[in-house]
Amino acid sequence: MKLGADDIQALEVTGFDAAMRRFADVAFATGNAEVAYGPIPSPIGTLLAAVTHRGLLALAFETEDQDDVLSMIAGKVSPAIIDLPSATQAVRVQLDAYFGARLSVFDLDVDRSLLSPFQRAVLQATSEIPHGEVRTYGEMAAAAGKPKGAQAAGQALGANPIPIVIPCHRVVAANGDLTGYAGGLDRKRFLLDLEQGEQTLF
Amino acid sequence: MALAPFQQLLDEHGRDVHRFLRGLVGTDHAEDCLHEALMSALIAYPGLRHHDNLRSWLFTIAHRKGIDHLRKRNREIPLEVVPETPHVGELTIDHELWSQVGELPDKQRAAVTLRFLGDLAYSDIAGIVECSEEAARQNVRAGLANLRKEYR
Repeated sequence: MKLGADDIQALEVTGFDAAMRRFADVAFATGNAEVAYGPIPSPIGTLLAAVTHRGLLALAFETEDQDDVLSMIAGKVSPAIIDLPSATQAVRVQLDAYFGARLSVFDLDVDRSLLSPFQRAVLQATSEIPHGEVRTYGEMAAAAGKPKGAQAAGQALGANPIPIVIPCHRVVAANGDLTGYAGGLDRKRFLLDLEQGEQTLF
Repeated sequence: MALAPFQQLLDEHGRDVHRFLRGLVGTDHAEDCLHEALMSALIAYPGLRHHDNLRSWLFTIAHRKGIDHLRKRNREIPLEVVPETPHVGELTIDHELWSQVGELPDKQRAAVTLRFLGDLAYSDIAGIVECSEEAARQNVRAGLANLRKEYR
């Protein structure tokens, strides 16, 4: 049997993709790759999830450039990053349940490598805001030990690398305004409505 | 400048490295060599200090793995059946030119596959196989001459 140029190309493509999947699998399982990432579909657009062996490292909205997010991780955590969607499966399952209003508390390990110490304190307090409730920036600052640091708390929340799972959307201005959100106010509104049990179209 | 995510290297050069290894060691063994080469590269990558020519660096590792494989395989062939002509990895794809590349002597095969399957400059090839640029040119020339002779 003779193979034409097209057959050869097809064989090469199949072989390569399978080889890459096997490589990524082994690379992450052995720890040689420190970060794995994959897309997660959601009602507010496809999210990019990045995980390490310690847990969920970053979750990015599609408004952010994927290459920028991965480059930032390469610089701050490790450049040993590979494309391996199966490694983000646990995150995907819980986000699916959250968006389907079947889950109100995430049970996911979180990798805090991208957080500054103040950010850790603010986001720790943020993680404790119950599903369906909101708090103010001032309250988060106070909880993090900086009673006058509402603005700093706002910055720390704005730079939250793991939105949704660390629910920075539950923090609003003292007068109740939604103010800012990395994914845009429409997404913040959608998440708060979802937690109130209100169906809205994004 | 910080290192780019390793995946970016795979996306930019992975296919070409794979193609190069198919030419060097044959279809059946290319995947294993690719896997080993990429794993070595991934392990070394975060500690890399010079990263101005990552393509050439990847091909250097792939070439080393390919040559290691060929040497190991050659040792496994009992002496009495070692053929007169240089014998290399079996190319299962029935592609005459490709199989002729597989019949070239090691140095010519490495130079020809790096040049035409890896699309690398002679200066890069020289660095990868550790010879002078002129020797790299000469190996490609000699390899092509052999192919023209065989592939008619």
